[in-house]
Amino acid sequence: MPILHALNDEFGYVDASAVPVIADELNLSRAEVHGVLTFYHDFRKEPAGRHVVKVCRAEACQSMAGRDLEEHIKRHLKVELGETTADKRITVEAVYCLGLCACAPSMMVDGKLHARMTPAKFDKIAKELR
Amino acid sequence: MTATLYIPCDSAAIACGAEEVLLAIQAEALARKIELKIIRNGSRGMLWLEPMIEVATPEGRIAYGPVAPEDVATLFAADFLNGGKNHPLCIGRPEDVPYLKNQERLTFARCGITDPTDIEDYIAHDGYRGLKAAAHMSGEAIVTAVTESGLRGRGGAGFPTGIKWKTVLGLDAQQKYIVCNADEGDSGTFADRMIMEGDPFLLIEGMTIAGLAVGATKGFVYIRSEYPIAYAQMEKAIVAANRAGYLGPNVAGSGKAFDLELRLGAGAYICGEETSLLESLEGKRGMVRAKPPLPAIKGLFGQPTVINNVLSFVAVPTILDKGATFYKDFGMGRSRGTMPLQLAGNVKHGGLIEKAFGITLRQVIEDFGGGTASGKPIRAVQVGGPLGAYFPQSLLDTPLDYEAMAAAKGMLGHGGIVVFDDSVDMAMQARFAMEFCAVESCGKCTPCRIGSTRGVEVIDRIREGQNRQKNMELLADLCDTMLDGSLCALGGLTPFPVQSAVRHFPEDFNRPAGHRAAAE
Ligand SMILES: Cc1cc2nc3c(=O)[nH]c(=O)nc-3n(C[C@H](O)[C@H](O)[C@H](O)COP(=O)(O)O)c2cc1C
Ligand code: SF4
Ligand code: FES
Ligand code: FES
Repeated sequence: MPILHALNDEFGYVDASAVPVIADELNLSRAEVHGVLTFYHDFRKEPAGRHVVKVCRAEACQSMAGRDLEEHIKRHLKVELGETTADKRITVEAVYCLGLCACAPSMMVDGKLHARMTPAKFDKIAKELR
Repeated sequence: MTATLYIPCDSAAIACGAEEVLLAIQAEALARKIELKIIRNGSRGMLWLEPMIEVATPEGRIAYGPVAPEDVATLFAADFLNGGKNHPLCIGRPEDVPYLKNQERLTFARCGITDPTDIEDYIAHDGYRGLKAAAHMSGEAIVTAVTESGLRGRGGAGFPTGIKWKTVLGLDAQQKYIVCNADEGDSGTFADRMIMEGDPFLLIEGMTIAGLAVGATKGFVYIRSEYPIAYAQMEKAIVAANRAGYLGPNVAGSGKAFDLELRLGAGAYICGEETSLLESLEGKRGMVRAKPPLPAIKGLFGQPTVINNVLSFVAVPTILDKGATFYKDFGMGRSRGTMPLQLAGNVKHGGLIEKAFGITLRQVIEDFGGGTASGKPIRAVQVGGPLGAYFPQSLLDTPLDYEAMAAAKGMLGHGGIVVFDDSVDMAMQARFAMEFCAVESCGKCTPCRIGSTRGVEVIDRIREGQNRQKNMELLADLCDTMLDGSLCALGGLTPFPVQSAVRHFPEDFNRPAGHRAAAE
């Protein structure tokens, strides 16, 4: 897993071509490595956009209009969760709790945490993502 | 004169703008030619006040919050560097705020006060006293103290910690392991994160004591990938502890070795389940293992393993330092000691509340929380994470204790409390519980994997008003199948939030089709 994390961090995804290489190195079968790769939500199988927005969908954020925020983001960027905008600018993903539940709703933008979010705050952040 | 400032490095403070405030303060100080010493402390847990800045003064620390970068100029003008009180954001001494004053902070005693990764500061604030006591005790004596304290696992199931440790102590093996479950996936919980960010040595100390107790020389902390700051803080603290001889070949002069390593999760809720976590630590898919064998007997790499939640380990240093009786004297019934509760969601004063077991839900939400953030009436409260039941107004006087919660068909779990106001649509919440189970299922059991997807469809049909009575019966049957036919608690407990929504809020499953609650 540390290897997959390193690749995912470096390239934004783990390319299928890495699977046999890792399998050889660790003396595992390709199926085993592929199995691990697909089990975990963090590992992407294809390149992400230039920026990644992870929006919290869990209960504490729901209680503070998190669903509205999610709808707003999808409408604003014209994507569904897990998709990338046509210009490859932003990938939007779901996350289930960032541990910021007392300051909900929250999201992570390129690894940076944002709490007490509103649609207006999101628009401001999104505008700065090039 | 150099002023000393405390600006939290806690994720919640940072997400609320602590870094921007820090930059604004530094810029203003530079312009005014004032020298600052800035300490990145943990959070005190009054999260509605974050970012909360504290200033050291002769009368103690004076706090200001929630501070925005725009407030910085007026704070300087109000002489906040000398504890100036004439500012609307001035809170006074944090320990005098009733929210903190009315808590019983044993585990979170230091969090927010010390410099989290400064080991000298940790020791100056009574750190490592538990380990120093344990270093001269036999493994049996340590385990006995933990058993007598009445400590039960804080990760969810509430299993007695001492009994688990005793099993591992009693086994002969070449290598035993201590594993800390820091996967904290439950919505509404953040106590593990706060401790790892704000007092990481406490977790190291607790795990080291566990190592001495059962004869394990190697430990792992499995941290979820959503917690990068916690990971970084733990990393720094482990280096410092090694350097100071509190980890390594001879911990605290005990003559015994203990080493600690960190591992990062990869965004799978199920990996919080202990056997799934062990699979993941071994580098595999996080498929749940059938029990028995228990991890205590055949755990990591097939060896005897103590696996506990962060909050279980961090309770241990106090028990060794102050004695089992001291700890046990807090609490009620069979729930002894204190529980770090986490109050979140639609609540005015969300944060960390460490209290002896027995406080009621209503006391937490009203006395500490001050009601909803929206100002509307409370309608439902979910306790214990995504697998925990929803409580209606009429059950808010239930005391927070393992048995009382179970009697009310709920669970305390990891201590997360999420408040919803009257705009909530409980049929949507039930749907989410099923959806979450479907997304996070490890896939081993059919009721969990398929049943949850069916559950979403059935609830959709109920919401659309199709054949309601038949579909409600179908939902009840699905819940029963999941309860009985699931290997682990993901499938086995998902019916709890669903059934509690049906039981306490039946009207939400009987609305005209197309009805959308105000929340949506
Ligand atoms: C689906 C699922 C998720 C869980 N998530 C966590 C978690 O995030 N953290 C945790 O400590 N325990 C979690 N648990 C409980 C663990 O399986 C286990 O009971 C716990 O690590 C034991 O430690 P304790 O005795 O100190 O509580 C989870 C259990 C299940 C079934
Ligand atoms: S109940 Fe669900 S998560 Fe648990 S073992 Fe079965 S399939 Fe996996
Ligand atoms: S539920 Fe969204 S941060 Fe916890
Ligand atoms: S946890 Fe993501 S696929 Fe099972």
